Amino acid sequence: MTAASLTTPATSARARKYGSMSRDRRWALRWSYVFLTLFAIFFLMPPVYMLITSLKTSAEISAATNPWWVQNPTLSNYTELLTSRMYLTFFLNSALVSVIVVTITMLISIPAAFALSRMRFWGSATLATGVFLTYLIPETLLFIPLFKMFALVNEHLGIQLINRWWVLLLLYPTLTVPFCTWIMIGYFASIPKELDEAALMDGANYRQILTRVFIPVALPGLIAATIFAFTVSWAQFLYPLAFTTSADQLVLPVGIITTLTKGDVFNWGQIMTGALLGAAPPLIIYAFLMDYYIAGLTAGATKG
Amino acid sequence: MAQVSLRKVVKRFDDTEAVRGIDLDIADKEFVVLVGPSGCGKSTTLRMIAGLEEISAGEIAVDGEVVNDVPPKDRDMAMVFQNYALYPHMTVYENMSFGLRLKHYPKDEIARRVQEAARILDITELLERKPRQLSGGQRQRVAMGRAIVRNPKVFLFDEPLSNLDAKLRVQMRTEIKRVHQKVRTTTVYVTHDQIEAMTLADRVVVMNRGKIEQIGAPNDLYHAPATRFVAGFIGSPAMNLLPCRLEQTGDALRVRLSDDIVLPVPPSRVGRYRGYAGRDGLTFGLRPEHLTECKPNGDAQLGYVDAVLEVTEPMGMETLVFFRVNGLDVCARVSPNAGAREGAPMRLAASLDNMHLIDDATGRVI
Repeated sequence: MTAASLTTPATSARARKYGSMSRDRRWALRWSYVFLTLFAIFFLMPPVYMLITSLKTSAEISAATNPWWVQNPTLSNYTELLTSRMYLTFFLNSALVSVIVVTITMLISIPAAFALSRMRFWGSATLATGVFLTYLIPETLLFIPLFKMFALVNEHLGIQLINRWWVLLLLYPTLTVPFCTWIMIGYFASIPKELDEAALMDGANYRQILTRVFIPVALPGLIAATIFAFTVSWAQFLYPLAFTTSADQLVLPVGIITTLTKGDVFNWGQIMTGALLGAAPPLIIYAFLMDYYIAGLTAGATKG
Repeated sequence: MAQVSLRKVVKRFDDTEAVRGIDLDIADKEFVVLVGPSGCGKSTTLRMIAGLEEISAGEIAVDGEVVNDVPPKDRDMAMVFQNYALYPHMTVYENMSFGLRLKHYPKDEIARRVQEAARILDITELLERKPRQLSGGQRQRVAMGRAIVRNPKVFLFDEPLSNLDAKLRVQMRTEIKRVHQKVRTTTVYVTHDQIEAMTLADRVVVMNRGKIEQIGAPNDLYHAPATRFVAGFIGSPAMNLLPCRLEQTGDALRVRLSDDIVLPVPPSRVGRYRGYAGRDGLTFGLRPEHLTECKPNGDAQLGYVDAVLEVTEPMGMETLVFFRVNGLDVCARVSPNAGAREGAPMRLAASLDNMHLIDDATGRVI
């Protein structure tokens, strides 16, 4: 992407100068490949290193051998983790939290975005900006006041909120809803006004306009928002670290580092394996939804 | 099938009045065109009839029932938009049947109606396509089809042809007229193009600055404009409008356009104009086709203008010639065989039976 956009202006400028499209194209493509290769190497190095390390025994990891080569490959890290009840619990917690958070996020942000982009009401513009500003406050600033709030709730209402995995279902949407709403406002705003007016004239009410016109037309945006919400919930680290402690309540990112490091002993092989397996679901979802995402983008959906 | 009536309808946006008290009665099956320059309030009026804009004051009634507070979906009107507004994710069939599906019509009834509308509009082979696979003209047909299948009380058209190229516009204009002759639904059509208005309408409503200037059949507007605005707006090329003085000599009246152009007022008009004799602040109006080359058989009501032609525009069946009177452009239509040449003098005959005299103070045609 980056490489392509870097080389396109150069291509057109040169084409005008020399009038030879094909030679320019070849020149541009060659440089695209050079940069793409560099980027690929740069970004693939960590996962490859993780994969290599996950295939080693602890003894081999700590031995002074070539870190980029496996002497005695073993799958023991994988079998141990995948048979460990604890790891599976983390995985299940993560999956449950992410799926529910994505659902909650969509249920809130789609109607919110529709209302903010289409139903002009008093203060709607301010509210739309406010939604986005909320997103700009980092969670590192928020978790201490939140902790205080939870303590107050426990004190006055007797509801224990600390160390409960389902509390994450309330916390993550504070990160995902504002951003997803913001994305959806942008997508909904790009739908021509005549389209909802046509639907109104055809006899649709607001709910039908949303479900039968807006959601299908803005599907690429919806998928982008879904991917974002899922990635944020799956990879969120600070909140679960602060608010959950006992092993059965942990989600994957926190579970891996808290249970696989004992004091100052790091079980690197299993940490790498756990992280690698944990990275798989977002990867699969990206690969699966990306097709729809791009198909949606190229359809020129909003051109009436 | 329905009558629509507007009573003192006003629309205010913040502190500007877009529509300033409109009275209009549209008969059943009538084709009414609202025409005027941009910003004259014609689209706003249409959108108020549709229910897409609230009415600030006055009332709109359909079949005698006031619909001010009826939401658009319950007014049973169909609208065709300038940019088609087709649902991009639906096929042509789905687009056309959307309204009926929302109302839970039986499947075979929907299919029958869509097929019927598609046949009228000649788009049967496009039913499975998506809007992006259609040309502009085809999209506009689908938009009309979407309106027809619902068999609504009223069709509303909001500048439906403005996005099409000139040739297609003429074609679709004929198409719209043909469709209206077939389905005979009460129609309100908005355009800024006076030719569209003239060709389509049973009655034309000329609007300017939020008010109605004149309502009338196309030919009435053309031959008997009520105001200076209508006189200048309807007709292409536009009517020549020149400041003049009305002089009285004995019983006869003469229109003086400049030091050397004086035209006699026909006796039939003398009575009507006499009160204005000797006054300034009058405008003389004459359409280009009533200012033409001198023909051998002289007519008593002719006045003569000796002009030096500045520009000639041959149109084929006629030639438009332009000259200046007191610094103002004047256009005349002459026969291509009249020998009009740029820079050459030419004697033109003005058919004064067709003249108009406008009182500048009121802007009304006398």
